[in-house]
Amino acid sequence: MGFAVLAVLAAARSPYMTRQNITREQPVQFSHKHHVGDDGIDCRYCHTSVETSAFAGIPPTKTCMNCHSVLFNNAAYLEPVRESYRDDKSIQWVKIHRLADFAYFNHSIHVNKGVGCSTCHGHVDEMPLVFQANTLLMQWCVDCHRSPEAVLREKPEDVYNMDWTAPPNQEEIGKRLAKERQIRTTAELTSCSTCHR
Amino acid sequence: MKRMSDQAPAKHKEDRPAPDDHLDQASPTHRPLDLPAVRAQLQSKTGKQYWRTLEELAGDPNFEELLHREFPRQAPSEWDDAVDRRDFLRLMAASLALAGLSGCGRAPEQYIVPYVKQPDGVVPGNPQFYATAMPFGADAIGLLVESHEGRPTKVEGNPDHPSSLGSTNAFAQASILSLYDPDRAQTVTKAGEIQTWSQFLDAAQALAATFRSTRGEGLRILTGIINSPILAADLQTILTLYPSAKWHQWEPAVGDGTREGAKLAFGSYVNTVYRPENADVILSLDSDFLASGPGNVRYMRDFYKRRKLNGPGDAMNRLYVVEPTPSVTGSSADHRLPLRSADVEQFARALAAKLGLGGSGKLAPDADKWLDAVVKDLKKYPRRTLVLAGEQQSAEVHALVHAVNNALGNVGITLYYTEPAEAHPVNHLDSLRELCVDIDHGKVSALLILGVNPVYTAPHDFDFAAKLRFDEKRKGKRIETVIYVSPHFDETAQYCDWHVAESHYLEAWGDARAFDGTVSVVQPLIAPLYRTHSLHDVLAAFTDKPGLSAYDAVRDRLKAANPSGDFEKFWRKTLNDGVVAGTAFPAMNASLKFNPASLSPAKESSSGELEFLFRPDPSIYDGRFANNGWLQELPKPVTKLTWDNAALVSPKTAQDLKVTHSIPSRGGEHGQILSDVVDISISGSKVTAAAWILPGQAEGVVVLPLGYGRKKAGYTGTNKGFNAYAVRASNALWAANAPSSVIRKTGDDYPLACTQYHFNMEGRHILVSGTLDEYHNNPNFAHEHEELPPRELSLYKGEAEFPYARNKWAMAIDLNSCNGCNACVIACQAENNIAVVGKDQVMRGREMHWIRIDRYYTSTLSATGPGGGLASGKSTGDPSEYQPALDNPDTFFQPVPCQQCENAPCEQVCPVGATVHSAEGLNDMVYQRCVGTRYCSNNCPYKVRRFNFLRFQDWETPQFKLMRNPEVTVRSRGVMEKCSYCVQRIDKARIDADKKDQPVPDGAIITACEQACPSQAIVFGNANDPNSRVAKLRTQQRNYQIMPELNSRPRTTYLAAVRNPNPELENA
Repeated sequence: MGFAVLAVLAAARSPYMTRQNITREQPVQFSHKHHVGDDGIDCRYCHTSVETSAFAGIPPTKTCMNCHSVLFNNAAYLEPVRESYRDDKSIQWVKIHRLADFAYFNHSIHVNKGVGCSTCHGHVDEMPLVFQANTLLMQWCVDCHRSPEAVLREKPEDVYNMDWTAPPNQEEIGKRLAKERQIRTTAELTSCSTCHR
Repeated sequence: MKRMSDQAPAKHKEDRPAPDDHLDQASPTHRPLDLPAVRAQLQSKTGKQYWRTLEELAGDPNFEELLHREFPRQAPSEWDDAVDRRDFLRLMAASLALAGLSGCGRAPEQYIVPYVKQPDGVVPGNPQFYATAMPFGADAIGLLVESHEGRPTKVEGNPDHPSSLGSTNAFAQASILSLYDPDRAQTVTKAGEIQTWSQFLDAAQALAATFRSTRGEGLRILTGIINSPILAADLQTILTLYPSAKWHQWEPAVGDGTREGAKLAFGSYVNTVYRPENADVILSLDSDFLASGPGNVRYMRDFYKRRKLNGPGDAMNRLYVVEPTPSVTGSSADHRLPLRSADVEQFARALAAKLGLGGSGKLAPDADKWLDAVVKDLKKYPRRTLVLAGEQQSAEVHALVHAVNNALGNVGITLYYTEPAEAHPVNHLDSLRELCVDIDHGKVSALLILGVNPVYTAPHDFDFAAKLRFDEKRKGKRIETVIYVSPHFDETAQYCDWHVAESHYLEAWGDARAFDGTVSVVQPLIAPLYRTHSLHDVLAAFTDKPGLSAYDAVRDRLKAANPSGDFEKFWRKTLNDGVVAGTAFPAMNASLKFNPASLSPAKESSSGELEFLFRPDPSIYDGRFANNGWLQELPKPVTKLTWDNAALVSPKTAQDLKVTHSIPSRGGEHGQILSDVVDISISGSKVTAAAWILPGQAEGVVVLPLGYGRKKAGYTGTNKGFNAYAVRASNALWAANAPSSVIRKTGDDYPLACTQYHFNMEGRHILVSGTLDEYHNNPNFAHEHEELPPRELSLYKGEAEFPYARNKWAMAIDLNSCNGCNACVIACQAENNIAVVGKDQVMRGREMHWIRIDRYYTSTLSATGPGGGLASGKSTGDPSEYQPALDNPDTFFQPVPCQQCENAPCEQVCPVGATVHSAEGLNDMVYQRCVGTRYCSNNCPYKVRRFNFLRFQDWETPQFKLMRNPEVTVRSRGVMEKCSYCVQRIDKARIDADKKDQPVPDGAIITACEQACPSQAIVFGNANDPNSRVAKLRTQQRNYQIMPELNSRPRTTYLAAVRNPNPELENA
């Protein structure tokens, strides 16, 4: 009986259930590897509201067409984008990073305090199709809320740097940054109402 | 009095929900309220007492049972079939075991649907706010409406608007639900068949063409009060194009007394604007100016400015109210005199006479003595007093009040006169009568009805339905074409040829004038949800500019009024501010042409007769909000009834009529009260109503609230309560006198849902009140009988565990400013996605409001005279004797949200950690952990937790999906919920401040209840910041906790209520 319970719990946390590391087909097979890794486009060019809103923002078709009205403007591959722009119909992207409805995540506070994109989203610049690099389970969130020093990046521009790696003295830097940036205490960051309401 | 339990068991009418037989058998006792026994009880009690219900006062054993049970001994009501709960659980367990993992498969795919071209200024995830205004009668409340990606979700007050100043009332808060009401009419119909708008336009223009040739002979338009300049211009154009056409008006719940009184006093229609903040003494003659009528939200703010106390040295204004039935205003008065409506006029005459204005009034000796004291007080503050007359009072009372204000020198200081805010003031009753007579004489060939519902609201002797429907005698209809524009396909719509679905004010452009003349642009937030049209669209079809959109009409009008300057800039500023700058009417000189001595003697009320009064319902008004579930379930301020109206009678009249009510003893289904049903035959018609005993109502007065008994209101509003319009005749529009024999007990009883029997708190120190003198002499009076256990005496680790280093959220509620107006309750419901549960569930004590407003009565009782508080003389033991505790108790209101205790009893008993303390002192409620044991609720001494016994939320109706606040979880069945101090607003402000590395500034977090409160009684903030408003209030000596002896240390504290009685009346 005890084994059965453990098996159920293990299954619930398996990548099958969390969809960790699973790529999915999109209406357009948009490659972050190409746009971020090869072309070096900044995250914020498309995800415009990441610094100001809870929602990082999925770019409107117009953002795609800024370039693709000129570049690859005949590629069959991009027909869904042109069709969307022509017919004024939104592209329906499959949601990859999906938190439970009762978790209210806010992008803006994380990037403003120096939590980098790649800390949660992984090496997006190496993903031809984006997949979820972490479990997004509450345990994973809380690990960081208990000790945010481990991930705080010193330079603001490093937040969007996919190649950032923790320096050897990260713990020391992180503690200083947490103090400077008035990061809330563990008790505050792990209060239920910080994320749930 | 004969006990009802001695008689045959109460019979239930078939169309009423009958209680479960099973339950009745389980507990046969059925004790009706015994009023003489209550009186006898009162005579044996001493000291200051607070109580909420008559049963509590009487020490009814059934009430005691309610008190001790948080959850009624539960009826297996949801498990009606043969499978009982235990079997069901067993079966469920088995099927779950079989189902294995299939019950927790992975979540289905979701999609992200971005814009194609993102509109300027839109940041997905951040709401936007737009200024608009809600037109209401002769007023408009300025609003800022929150919009999430194009969906309006919440209404807030516009601080720049004169009738709002940032607050709202319950009607404005609830209007968001009316927008998403799935029962709204959705298209144009002709004789019930769906038509297109262009078909309607063709028909309207064909009709207009025929009227061109006849100069509009036979064209009639019926509207409510019009305060929109563009609609007024449309109507004026039509009257110019068709000179023989006529415009009639009928507003069922607004009396003609205000208009006609001004005409009597000044010779013309004049609008009165009050400045209560300048008045030291206010006398209201049946005027509920704090809760109804134009400007009420603003007046509440201004009135309570003079009742904020920072210390015992502060002064307060004084409010006297003379009224037949307890209103919100009367319940917060310093002195209240219950008088019949007819006697209010006598009172006004006597007041004028005593001020030397001539005339005379006949008053009972004690009322006369009361008046003497008031007159003395009024004279003590020359030019600093204010006298108001009620909307339902006669023209004579209004004219007398104008004369009195003039004599007291108040004009220009505590009130001023302007031109009328409504476009075309007329006598509405005469106007409607003229229309009816003309229809009967065949003079009307086409009738345009805009937004009023005359078949339901017209006086019953006009028989408006007969004017519209097929006439057997004439073998035809009296009116060839009837066009009706309304939001619902209602009672009138069924008799009309064309019905045009009316747009909500959040869906169409328009404009509206506020009580002081200020014009606002009514800006839509969303394209019409259905194929609906505004009143302007329909009227424009009859003008010479049929295609002119409302948007262009508003702009054209403003352009014409502001020809110079950059119009686009002006227009943008106007839309941003929500008001057209500089449009408030200037004060005008109105010279009094009225001599009180010239009045013909008034009809005297005969004490043997009953006086039946018609009043708009405090929750659903004249019936227009009947289909709004939030307002239906909103406990009415004084009676605390929901979902029904009732014939309100005073305790003494109830005793005479032998009507009573009882709590069915079934383990305390908290809210179900069985009331006697009475037949009322007045004004040549009859209605059957449930009776309700209301302490503080004048003897011999029966109040019949309007707005209920609708036959075609929609799913929520149809067949609720009784229709008082059915006995409202044109010759007795507001008051009808009849001998008491017109009320007959039918022997039936009717279950009413009254929330004042719910969530009873037991213990000391719940409501604390005193007088201004007491406060001066003993500033610490709120803590007199307080028992505060030492902090260490606790199982909690207290501040060692929770240092609250940065923020320590707290709320202070000033009971001195709360008059129970209910704006906060609906604001909370809208903000926090709170479900409506329905009458049946309210009767089981399951309403979900996170903030409730308790109404308390109080009186100082004394066994050996001077008998009970204000009454004079020694008690004789005569059961019919005047007993102020019943006949005129002082009334207090206490809003109770979650107390957010530091030593929270709820947290300790939750077996799954679903309610836990946050580092900022909130009692977080974690829905996804909650398994529904309800232990927390049982252990909550303040009774603020609400349990989702059923899936109360409507998850299917698509309109409601648009309405919900995306920042708050929509709770499901089996989960506990409660006030969170609007934690979503806290989170937002905290994140905004954190991004700037700054502390959260005071005032950055305004909870929904605080935001809506017109009197600013609720203050929220950081108690750690000594400069915050809440910290300052918490240092006041009036600040107290409810039930401090429990050592729960609530974060929500109260400031004791202070009344300012006139010493002369106190000692009388």
